Amino acid sequence: MILLLDLCYEKDSLSKYEFVFPIADTMRKTGARFETLHFTEIAEDKLGKYDKIILCGTALKDNTYADRIEMFSWLKRYDMPVLGICAGMQVISAVFSGHIVPQSAIGLERLEIVAETQLLGKPRQIEGYHLHNYGVTLPEGFLVVAGTTKVVEAFRHRDRPIYGIIFHPEVRNRWILERFAEL
Amino acid sequence: MLFSGGKDSTFACYRAMEKDTVACLITLISENEDSYMFHTPNIRRTGLQAEAMGFSLLSWPTGGQKEEELEDLKAAIAAAAELYGIDGIVTGAIESVYQAARMQRICLDLDLWCFNPLWQINQVDYLRLLLSEGFKIIISGVFAYPFNESWVGATLTEEMIQKLEQLQKKYKINPSGEGGELETFVLDGPLFKKRIEILKASRTYENYRGHFLIEDVRLVDK
Repeated sequence: MILLLDLCYEKDSLSKYEFVFPIADTMRKTGARFETLHFTEIAEDKLGKYDKIILCGTALKDNTYADRIEMFSWLKRYDMPVLGICAGMQVISAVFSGHIVPQSAIGLERLEIVAETQLLGKPRQIEGYHLHNYGVTLPEGFLVVAGTTKVVEAFRHRDRPIYGIIFHPEVRNRWILERFAEL
Repeated sequence: MLFSGGKDSTFACYRAMEKDTVACLITLISENEDSYMFHTPNIRRTGLQAEAMGFSLLSWPTGGQKEEELEDLKAAIAAAAELYGIDGIVTGAIESVYQAARMQRICLDLDLWCFNPLWQINQVDYLRLLLSEGFKIIISGVFAYPFNESWVGATLTEEMIQKLEQLQKKYKINPSGEGGELETFVLDGPLFKKRIEILKASRTYENYRGHFLIEDVRLVDK
């Protein structure tokens, strides 16, 4: 069972259609079983039922999650695959002692995959849809998978299957979500 | 609510109403038939639709040239923020990265939220959802092969959705018409307090381009 974690400003918000539904739609097409929860609803003792977790993105003006990073401390102890998308990547960075830093990008931009991983495949250039006012610093113990250490487009934990990508794979790159479902 | 009178902005408005308060509808009246951003057939009828739904309408002119259009859009949204104190904009964008990214930049510049509740929705499922939710939609324009004259002015039905599904497989069209293949006009729906009845209309059609021009209408109690 995959958990889609809604990071939007409130449960069942108008943004959910935009940042959670497209990911749910992709999961449905892969045939994966999934559930959606708002980040305020998570209970660490119930996480055992999920074999993967996706932390979804939020609207450009929605940074509520960044003020409540302590609510994501379970990430340090959850040892199954995790994918953080945009806001989700920022949360992962902050939980693992990285930083959320001002860095704006809107629209389709070319980016370079620089390290081979199960999730993004071999090094090459792809286009990704960006929608963020903040990026991340690379937390200790993580490797840059796409972009550079200054502009981290994707990272992975050195030893654990924890990924973060700053662009939105639900737009034109659904193959990334499909791969994650199969990890 | 950025409103064109078509199904996408109307349905996005419906979703916005379920979660929040819709302060006003904003319509850009483009003088350019091939507007990059704004739907044009029957655009002047959005006033009647706003009345049918019980919303205020802010109608804003634009020359419809590529970059000026964006400046006009920004000015219209800024005016709505001033007049109605809006916190954000809702759009009916589905797939167009072009439209979505530009709207996001405008909202960022104006410090407004941007909501796109139809973003990346499965288009065929969405068309069926429109019917099951009780929307009455007509095709107000066709602008691409293989749409023949029979589509112009036709009402969206399950049979038509099946045809659009086939055309998607065969010709890679967007079944919802967001690629500019077709345009729609909403006559009724769950958010309408009154329905719109067309009393007189005319059709033009040539070389896979056709318009259904609404000439006379009235609001009817439901």
